[in-house]
Amino acid sequence: MNINATLFVQALSFAFLIWFAVKFIWPPLNRAIDDRNKRIADGLAAAEKGKVALVEAERRGDASLKEARERASAVLADSEKRAAQIIEEARVAAKAEADRIIAGAREQIASEAAKARTALREQVASLAVAGAEKILRREVDAKAHADMLAQLKSQL
Amino acid sequence: MAAENLTPSSYIAHHLTNLTVTVGEGGFWAVNVDTIIMSWVLGLVSLGGIWLVARGATAEVPGRLQSFVEMFFEFVDNTVRDVFPGSRAFLGPLALTIFVWVFMMNLMDLVPIDWVATVSGGLGAPHWKAVPSTDLNTTFAMSFSVFFLIIFFSFKAKGVGGFLHEMFTAPFGSNPALWIPNFALNVIELLAKPVSLGMRLFGNMYAGELIFMLLGLLGTIASLSLGGALAGGASGILTWAWAVFHILIILLQAFIFMVLSVVYVAMAHEHH
Repeated sequence: MNINATLFVQALSFAFLIWFAVKFIWPPLNRAIDDRNKRIADGLAAAEKGKVALVEAERRGDASLKEARERASAVLADSEKRAAQIIEEARVAAKAEADRIIAGAREQIASEAAKARTALREQVASLAVAGAEKILRREVDAKAHADMLAQLKSQL
Repeated sequence: MAAENLTPSSYIAHHLTNLTVTVGEGGFWAVNVDTIIMSWVLGLVSLGGIWLVARGATAEVPGRLQSFVEMFFEFVDNTVRDVFPGSRAFLGPLALTIFVWVFMMNLMDLVPIDWVATVSGGLGAPHWKAVPSTDLNTTFAMSFSVFFLIIFFSFKAKGVGGFLHEMFTAPFGSNPALWIPNFALNVIELLAKPVSLGMRLFGNMYAGELIFMLLGLLGTIASLSLGGALAGGASGILTWAWAVFHILIILLQAFIFMVLSVVYVAMAHEHH
């Protein structure tokens, strides 16, 4: 068991192995593990963020659901009001139209009646002239008595 | 290994001898071929295997192999993080290398020594120590490499002047009369680190190997005497028990070597 030149050979072997480990073994392993640790940390952070976002989304969903419901009921109330209003308007319009028609009818009736009265008057006048002609027969001159007849006609 | 020549001392001596090839003039200039080849193969298999997995490592869901490698990575990374607050770009891979390599070398302690002797003998090698960490050359090579890293990082953190200043003025004070005691104490403290680091690993592994050999010897008695049959059974059971216990030791020693190396290098960054 002597110390001999093996010492140097082994020292060089050791140095070579250290160099090899420093250069080729440590860095890739270190990188792989660091990367994985980072990835796991990122994943955990993302999961945490996702959880928070889920809660937020649920909250927002609830809020918008409530808002939609409120709006729907508001729209419903609005439309009911509007419907009542339309019915009311229609009623008013119908009444106005009816009044207008009635008024027109009345006017027409009045004018017809006036027209009939005028015609009747003419006929009565001619009847009276014819009657007078028949009574007076010979002496009556239509031309001579036209003034008297017109006077008579206007008195009817 | 011829059975007729087998004595307890020759058995143990055989298993504790490295396959040595002299280079140059011999003496110090010799290399333990078995130690070098075993440590190279183990380093290649373990760190090369980790590299193959690390090369394709992705941040996606990891496969079984990647998870296995990442388990080691995170274990080492957390250990270093506990000791050293700064960048782990160098200290991390250093610790990983030490842990994996020392563990693999220690693991060879669990391969039955007689199998190793049979295979190596069959291949024509007179000796073959399968456990590189029972060779003081390996453990001191590593611990003194750590020592030089301590010096290097001390220089880097404090500057050469700051380091020398600290060597002479800590821990007692900056009075010139205290320079010598300060320096002596610091040198001892500094040198004690690599020596204890290397000796601890070597001692534990060497002693563990020795106990396997003694228990194996107990087994050889079984073939020599009648009452030895009992010893043979005891040998088997005890070897098994020691191997189970040894699993703990090889893991613990690898861990201790790693942690202490990191602690020493981390301490080099601190100012007194």
